[in-house]
Amino acid sequence: MARIIVVTSGKGGVGKTTTSAAISMGLAKRGYKTAVIDFDVGLRNLDLVMGCERRVVYDLVNVIQQEATLNQALIRDKRCDQLFILPASQTRDKDALSLEGVGKILEELAKDFEYIVCDSPAGIERGATMAMYFADDAFVVTNPEVSSVRDSDRMLGILSSKSRRAERGEEPIKEFLLLTRYAPDRVKLGEMLSVDDVQEILSLHLLGVVPDSKSVLNASNSGVPVILDEQSDAGQAYKDIVGRYLGEEIPHRFIEEEKKGLFSKLFGGRS
Amino acid sequence: MPSDAVSLQHQILEFKSAAVTLPVLAVAHGDLDLLARALEAKLAQAPEFFKNSPVMLDLQKLSEQHRDLAVQDLIDILSAHQLIAIGVRGGYPQHAAEAAALNLPVFSAQNAGAEQARTEKQPASPAPARRSADNKLILQPVRSGQRVYASGDLTIVASVSAGAEIMAEGNIHVYGSLRGRALAGVQGDRDSRIFCSDLRAELISIAGVYQLADEDAPHPPVQKWVCIRLQEQKLIVEKI
Repeated sequence: MARIIVVTSGKGGVGKTTTSAAISMGLAKRGYKTAVIDFDVGLRNLDLVMGCERRVVYDLVNVIQQEATLNQALIRDKRCDQLFILPASQTRDKDALSLEGVGKILEELAKDFEYIVCDSPAGIERGATMAMYFADDAFVVTNPEVSSVRDSDRMLGILSSKSRRAERGEEPIKEFLLLTRYAPDRVKLGEMLSVDDVQEILSLHLLGVVPDSKSVLNASNSGVPVILDEQSDAGQAYKDIVGRYLGEEIPHRFIEEEKKGLFSKLFGGRS
Repeated sequence: MPSDAVSLQHQILEFKSAAVTLPVLAVAHGDLDLLARALEAKLAQAPEFFKNSPVMLDLQKLSEQHRDLAVQDLIDILSAHQLIAIGVRGGYPQHAAEAAALNLPVFSAQNAGAEQARTEKQPASPAPARRSADNKLILQPVRSGQRVYASGDLTIVASVSAGAEIMAEGNIHVYGSLRGRALAGVQGDRDSRIFCSDLRAELISIAGVYQLADEDAPHPPVQKWVCIRLQEQKLIVEKI
């Protein structure tokens, strides 16, 4: 039985799609057959971040409206054959999503996938509620600033009341916190909330901190999930996150400011 | 999502579990005349409140020497004051038997002891006491945008986020940070209070008297236990 993960936040631009791309690639690299679904109908961009925008023929809405089969719409990733992408539609609007249709697709995917990652659109409207309704686990992506934290908090409330698990009275969705765009030096200056501040407000299990990094932008622009850039701090952070999600004990990194060596102190180089 | 057939069934018939607030009349003496007079005096304090009210008879405190008290006699006294007996709890075996013969439900006296201990600790207030059945206990954080309502006391063993709203007809206890809005005594009970371990609320209110966090006389964030009560038309925040 597949585990359905929703990557959500409420607020836009916090790194949901980057995270969806990274963790689905991470899970697939570990050998788990993984599907990643873009629920952002009308504003699709998961395919861009995954670097497969030119290979999109059919999309989620086509499958829901039975204009294409699931197998026709799924795009196999060229770098990892365990990873499949189900893109969103660019031309339809979000009302084309139906709970029944989405449920059917997930049910079918669950038959031969081990993980299904749902990339939620921003907001708490239809697309977002569809993406989270069937979830087993939720990755709540939050930036260390008050409005993002507030929106995540709101999203957590919705997760606990409007999901299938909540409606059926089953075990609630497991919620994990991913703190992205974290800059320890700005936290030190008081320009950003610290990990502790965010955790105090949200009281959630922290899955990992992803540092604010140029590599994320570079990766998105070139259509390579950042987790594949093993030299980058963000790529390593996502790798840790996948490991922790799978139950490994990995100490947290990127929370403290990197200690500068004697040389960089003397010569003032920015690391 | 329930199908139409299921929802139709629900429309016709449904078993629901509900907690109902009832006045409980604790009888601790067997002299009927004395009881009648005491009851009259009590009812005079709030004649409208008790009119046609259902009443549960509690015989827990009835001592050995008064065990001959008949349930029927108590019912007569109650109906003379327009009160309707709807059940008996506690008492001696013959009370249960008599109640059963009168078609009166017999309730177990298990939680009566706990309630008794509670009321003895607090000085009895003249206002009608709240029943534990309506109290609510929340163990999950109350998130932004969520609302919680309790028709008795509300206890939250987690934090209350900014943008959340918690309301109770009775007291509110928060074991965690209180960042949202907290409204106690929403039905007008001026004696209700708010207790919390970390007060950062956007708004606090007791019986309709409210205070915002950024008013002239703000309550500064204090990471200590505080008790908020209503004194005349002002909210008083005290450390405990």
